[in-house]
Amino acid sequence: MSDQTTVTEGPEAVPDRVSGEVLVQVRNLKMHFPITSGVLIQREVAHVRAVDGVSFDIRRGETLGLVGESGCGKTTTGRCILRLERPTAGEIYFDGVNVANLGKRELIALRQKIQVIFQDPYSSLNPRMKIGDIIGEPMHVHKIEPDRKARDERVRELLNLCGLDTRFADRYPHEMSGGQRQRVGIARALAMRAQFIICDEPVSALDVSIQAQVINLLEDLREEFHLTYLFIAHDLSVVRHLCHRVAVMYLGKIVELADCDELYDNPLHPYTQLLLSAVPIPDPEVEAKREHRIVKGEVPSPINPPSGCVFHPRCPMAVDGCSKNVPEFREVKPGHWVACTEV
Amino acid sequence: MPPLLEINNLYTQFFTSAGTVRAVDGISYVVEEGETVAIVGESGCGKSVSALSILRLIPDPPGRIVEGSIRFMGRELLQLSDDEIRHVRGREIAMVFQEPMTSLNPVLTIGRQLTETLTHHLDMDDAAARARALELLDLVGISDPDRRLGQYPHHLSGGMRQRVMIAMALCCEPKLIIADEPTTALDVTIQAQILELMKELTRNMGVALIIITHNLGVVARYADRVNVMYAGKIIERGTALDIYHSPAHPYTLALLRSVPRMDQPRKEKLDPVEGQPPDLTTLDEGCPFRPRCRYVVDRCAEENPLLEPVSEGHLSACWEKDRLRGPLKEAS
Repeated sequence: MSDQTTVTEGPEAVPDRVSGEVLVQVRNLKMHFPITSGVLIQREVAHVRAVDGVSFDIRRGETLGLVGESGCGKTTTGRCILRLERPTAGEIYFDGVNVANLGKRELIALRQKIQVIFQDPYSSLNPRMKIGDIIGEPMHVHKIEPDRKARDERVRELLNLCGLDTRFADRYPHEMSGGQRQRVGIARALAMRAQFIICDEPVSALDVSIQAQVINLLEDLREEFHLTYLFIAHDLSVVRHLCHRVAVMYLGKIVELADCDELYDNPLHPYTQLLLSAVPIPDPEVEAKREHRIVKGEVPSPINPPSGCVFHPRCPMAVDGCSKNVPEFREVKPGHWVACTEV
Repeated sequence: MPPLLEINNLYTQFFTSAGTVRAVDGISYVVEEGETVAIVGESGCGKSVSALSILRLIPDPPGRIVEGSIRFMGRELLQLSDDEIRHVRGREIAMVFQEPMTSLNPVLTIGRQLTETLTHHLDMDDAAARARALELLDLVGISDPDRRLGQYPHHLSGGMRQRVMIAMALCCEPKLIIADEPTTALDVTIQAQILELMKELTRNMGVALIIITHNLGVVARYADRVNVMYAGKIIERGTALDIYHSPAHPYTLALLRSVPRMDQPRKEKLDPVEGQPPDLTTLDEGCPFRPRCRYVVDRCAEENPLLEPVSEGHLSACWEKDRLRGPLKEAS
């Protein structure tokens, strides 16, 4: 297995604030979960095609947004990069190393560099551990800070950094609010001095007034530590605020990928257009003037996805060919990729 | 003519080992016939409890409606017997809950759950109830209703289940529907479908709607009037236009500023509401928002401001409400 990155064709773009170096490269990633049947003799009867051929790059210092509705495979994509799932097919390069083929020992080393912030701050913190231990444990496990005193010092530093009082180190998760817990999750991710953090819906469980606090914190940390984020979310306005580039997923595939402003100002894929028009805007005057286009139907099952373009049964622009031919994911403008034949 | 629903000075409290939680702390509002009224606020502000109080669905113990009056079509709901209030629930006032996954009975078919209400409240026989159930499923946009009647909730997607909930709410042609976060568990494209459906149906049938939500965008599109709640109290009330264009309470203003908007240029930094919502067991006599407020004055610690008009139909509970309106709005 060569460590050298072999760049095949793939969507790329260079936002101004970001260096040219590619940190994460995902090529034709597939994650199919088997469905088994039978009590004693289990047979595979079908597959859930959670992720079905996804390719993208993330450059160092960049934040890539991954948006889509529930069940579109955005979380599974993140889990594959962390190697919490072993992908069915495809390659994932992190800093030039193919993550998909790593052994156990190499995986431990990898997970120092990639960290994750989960959606639900209630279930992602151990209720029986003190906050100080939750943040300190990874440093202990990875032998980054073996000395107890130094570790406690570092925990306090991290709490401060994330806007929490250092006294929280001796408290338990149930004594904290959702926003405070999410700050603990962020502090834990920072403890390893990771370069790359996968944020899986980090603010969607929080109240509106608390969301902005956590978003600002994520932004500050990104600047201070030159972090690279994969920001998985369904809230399109939050993604627009935080991300440099955005990929839109539907039923296991990326249907559109572009620079943030380009995607929001000039969405090309019919699904992206409908998704954007479905987001209500908190202003009655703007709302009254806006054209409301409602997507018909519901997301089909990923067990048996539609033939051709997966969006064609719900697509207002669908033509005859859409049900037969899988549209190519092509670059229609520099940096603007879309999988639709009718664009 | 008296309004359809008139809530006056309602207090609902929970008596727990940690102290008395003043979940709803003296709220009053009216709902006119056919009107859509929104109640907006964050989790724990008492918006759901205030809605459950209307139908007397507060678990007792630990909860109790301590004081106040709820008049619906001229009747005092708080004085009805248990039997009488049961005839109001589902028949005259219906409810759509947030979690379509947990609010349908998993071991009964869709058909059974729909016809139960019809046979119970309207004394229909089985055939008539079934015919009506088919009609209702069709009305809420469920395809192949005949087959759906025999299915169980787990056969349906979240959006479908919420459609079934709406069909159930509509089945006795109620005067008022209370929708508690009806779209929070749904995806944006499905959320848009459900909200459009509710708007269209309530407008066509002249049903009044109380919509409880934390989503400011949802409110802007669908509500005639908006009540903003914080720490058990209504702190601002007005038309959607009042609330969004000239907010007269610092909390509303802060809330509107803290969300990123897709129709405006990207901001360098968001402007969050600092701090945490208060503990409802330890409220004092001052304004509960004052620790997070940018307009705080000495008086705020001494006296909680009452909901008072700033203009026709627009009310705010803030000592500094006049300072908030006009040029000072840009202060940060």
